[in-house]
Amino acid sequence: MKKSILILTLAAFGAFQLSRAADITGTITLKGTAPAEKELTPIKDDPNCSAAYASGLPKTKFYVVGAGGELADVIVSLKGISGKSTGASAAPVVMDQKGCLYMPQILAVQTGQKVIVKNSDNCVHNVHTVPKDNAPQNMVQMPGGADLTFTFDKPEPFLKFQCDVHPWMFAWVSVYDHPYFAVTDKDGKFTIKDVPPGKYTIEAAHRKLGAQTADVEIKDAGVAQNFTFEIK
Amino acid sequence: MNNKYNPALFWFAVLNAVATFLLIGLGGLVTSHEAGMSVPDWPTSYGYNMFALPIKFWTGGAFFEHTHRLLASVVGLLTTILAVWLWLKDSRKWLTWLGIAAFLLVVAQGILGGLRVRLQMDNLGIFHGAVAQTFLVLVCAIALVTSRWWQNSAAQKQLAVPRGLRSHVLYITILIFIQLLIAATMRHQHAGLAISDFPLAHGKIWPDTSAEAIARYNAERVEINNVKPLTAFQVNLQMIHRLVAYAIFLGVAAAAMLARKKLGGRDGLTKFAFVWLGLLTLQILLGAATIWTNKAADIATGHVMVGALALLVGALWWLVAARRTALT
Repeated sequence: MKKSILILTLAAFGAFQLSRAADITGTITLKGTAPAEKELTPIKDDPNCSAAYASGLPKTKFYVVGAGGELADVIVSLKGISGKSTGASAAPVVMDQKGCLYMPQILAVQTGQKVIVKNSDNCVHNVHTVPKDNAPQNMVQMPGGADLTFTFDKPEPFLKFQCDVHPWMFAWVSVYDHPYFAVTDKDGKFTIKDVPPGKYTIEAAHRKLGAQTADVEIKDAGVAQNFTFEIK
Repeated sequence: MNNKYNPALFWFAVLNAVATFLLIGLGGLVTSHEAGMSVPDWPTSYGYNMFALPIKFWTGGAFFEHTHRLLASVVGLLTTILAVWLWLKDSRKWLTWLGIAAFLLVVAQGILGGLRVRLQMDNLGIFHGAVAQTFLVLVCAIALVTSRWWQNSAAQKQLAVPRGLRSHVLYITILIFIQLLIAATMRHQHAGLAISDFPLAHGKIWPDTSAEAIARYNAERVEINNVKPLTAFQVNLQMIHRLVAYAIFLGVAAAAMLARKKLGGRDGLTKFAFVWLGLLTLQILLGAATIWTNKAADIATGHVMVGALALLVGALWWLVAARRTALT
């Protein structure tokens, strides 16, 4: 009887907490002019890759900026949270190699969450992770070959994936041991979902522009937190 | 066994030396194209026997890495034959040992290259590069001492080379080797150009390496290749590389002037010293061009190859001078 009451109490508390969980939303903008992106000229030397770009070579995508300064590919996360990963049960994240480019180029996952790498190209790639804290991996992926699966044990910002066969191919995956993060879309917007009530430090990190932080507090409703990066 | 001139042995040693020099160039292309890890397995290639990898996979970075492995195998085979040949056909015991040293070094070098791939350790690439330079000097020295010129010159009366000049050349050669270690460390950081302008450095005589400045350099840099973000260490390392380059150039210029003064303008060693000076001039121009072309792979590799030649000329100059002095 006592056990049942305890379980019911915990369930009720959990449901209450969940009901109070709220979203953190915001927009990231860039003030100033980003450096000009460069055309990926080495692609033209590789017939397997250049076939996909008859109408013009793609460019680097370090600064994906909208007309109003909306900044995409910024990873927004809560700091100071550890041991809350639900990565083992989370849906895998997929990264494709298409036209000899990684798509997407910026990702965020939890520790233990699967990153599935596909090869949609008609050529061989090697998928090489270059971490600082996790173990490096380097695997070959033949055209039409089976998907490769990567997982990471430790949190790490901007862990690099690269192809050394095609050295212009690179992507970054930030790894967290909690689910409270998001990547800004082309409108510079992000939503970190279902954050439990409490005070947090929120960080916005861009691959080139570094990181900014702000303090937020979740009570009953969601909060908005915007960031502005500046290039002088 | 005898130590009379053996043309077949000499030309075989030359072939080995030329193949080694080309191998250094191909290794330079591997690093310049950031392709060292493009074939993740070793000694197999993409799971195939290295010598049976279908040509359709020789593409992009894998072309450089795979052909580097194949040429390395050729150099390994040539060196093994050379060592056995010296052992069987040359009476000079010390030369037999040089042949064995070359064999051991080429085996160690192959294993180092394989471990660099298997263990994914960038720092092993520095040792791999340093051993390559040492090996080139060794096989060229073997080619030199098996030459007709080397064996005939023992009977000729020649001017001794003053000790001060020999020591000067030796110290400069050691400095060149240290410079090659610095360069290998720079290249195996895989961070691209740490300083993108020359003769200034990030617009200054000595660049700002504060955390803010490094963050700004990284933010402004739009790199095409998969290089790492640069650090203050890399910026300082390139500055040291520049300063050591100037010191070497002055040292080699002084060696050439000293040789002309002490040995005369017609002496072979004086002419060789001026060839050395020409190489250093070319090397500095290639270093500048490496920066001005944003580290174009061919230019950067040319810089590696001329660096190897600069070390080689210094080492062989010293070897010839030491022997000439010993014979007088």
